Amino acid sequence: MKNIRIIPRLDIKGPNVVKGIHTEGLRVVGEPIKLAEKYYRDGADEIVYMDIVASLYQRNLDFDLLRSVASEIFIPLTVGGGIRSIHDINNALRAGADKVAINTYALGHPEFLKEAVRTFGAQCIVLSVEAKKINPNSWEAYTDGGREKTGINAVDWIHQAVSQGVGEVFITSIDADGTRKGFDRELAQAVSSVAVPVIIHGGANSPSSFLDILRDCKPDAVAASSIFHYGVATIKQVKKYLAKNNISVRLK
Amino acid sequence: MPAHNKKLVAIVDYGVNNLHSLAKAFTRCKCEVIITEDPATVATADAIVLPGTGAFQAGMNGLKTRGLIDSIRAFADTEKPILGICLGAQLLLNTGNEFGSFPGLGIIDGSVDSFPTLKPGHKVPHFGWNGILSKGSPWNGSLLDSIREKSYVYFVHSFIMNPKNKKYIFATSEYGGYEFCSVMRKNNIYGCQFHPEKSGIVGLKIIKNFIKIIQA
Repeated sequence: MKNIRIIPRLDIKGPNVVKGIHTEGLRVVGEPIKLAEKYYRDGADEIVYMDIVASLYQRNLDFDLLRSVASEIFIPLTVGGGIRSIHDINNALRAGADKVAINTYALGHPEFLKEAVRTFGAQCIVLSVEAKKINPNSWEAYTDGGREKTGINAVDWIHQAVSQGVGEVFITSIDADGTRKGFDRELAQAVSSVAVPVIIHGGANSPSSFLDILRDCKPDAVAASSIFHYGVATIKQVKKYLAKNNISVRLK
Repeated sequence: MPAHNKKLVAIVDYGVNNLHSLAKAFTRCKCEVIITEDPATVATADAIVLPGTGAFQAGMNGLKTRGLIDSIRAFADTEKPILGICLGAQLLLNTGNEFGSFPGLGIIDGSVDSFPTLKPGHKVPHFGWNGILSKGSPWNGSLLDSIREKSYVYFVHSFIMNPKNKKYIFATSEYGGYEFCSVMRKNNIYGCQFHPEKSGIVGLKIIKNFIKIIQA
């Protein structure tokens, strides 16, 4: 059976890992290197590392910090934040990223995704989407760390980006993010037909919330941050709970 | 050990690849590596690592434009250790049937093909952690020395290696109801479909095993 991936997400601001609610009200929760190493040792299947202010300030992420984080972990590392050129992707890969996540720049320049895929391969290019519900069964794509509206339908955008060749989609529900009220099932359902692997993020509150979303919506991977940062549950606890409930996960 | 006895391990740079996480994994295993695109350096190395992600044809073009094809073939004839990873492993075969049909290095007879139809719910690319299974030949003293069967390693690929002679299939994995070759072995030449440098503690052990093979 296919193993479900459990992925901690690190939101990076300056030298810190931060976490907000609905992507706002950021609190410092730890140091990037320490947290990445802790999650690596605790059985994370991958790590997602997002500089959440790079796009907003139109600058690049801190490649030196990324390099230090990457040198401690030997599982896949997806890096996002302010990626807007082939050169940026190269720099991220050279600093130890395995995949890059692109959101803000791609929304303004969808053809960039195709260029990135052609240069680095689909497996390297992840579409990151921040979706906020505007109507029942309708979500708007946001940019700049959940700050800016785009007027673009998030689900349509995902299908468009997949047709540009991206290898994976990472979706954050802005409504659920940081609330610890459970994942946004409707959103997960709405993207369950996407042809490439989908990672659902936002709202994890207990090991059983992972089970619920996996049973109901069958995403390929589930990402979480608050629940792990605040020690509500460890990655190992979540995976053991899933295994006990017949969801295939990688346990040592 | 005197410096001149140190083995030279060359990671072959043939274009857009994430060589850095691979180099970092070797460094963590206390093995110095050089990243090179120079055919002469490849020829003098004690072992080479062919990394890789991306498309078969692009990979072969990357080798060709750097004049690396002949030097890698000649290297393989010396029976010094080679470790191919993902696309780098696939390139060891004769033919890549990926968006057309393209010649590979032909160091091991066989082809690179698409997955057949898989059970529902199994998307391609095959992304994520999967177990490795033995195909009969013992793993001790090899690249997979003291790795337990069904250990999880990390895969990212859309195409699979089909060595013609099944005796070169050293380990397999199962995805969507289909068993495919996840490690090829021909003497000291290994090809891993998965990424040892991304496979946590198990992956680091595999890299350490390769280093041991180089030093033997």
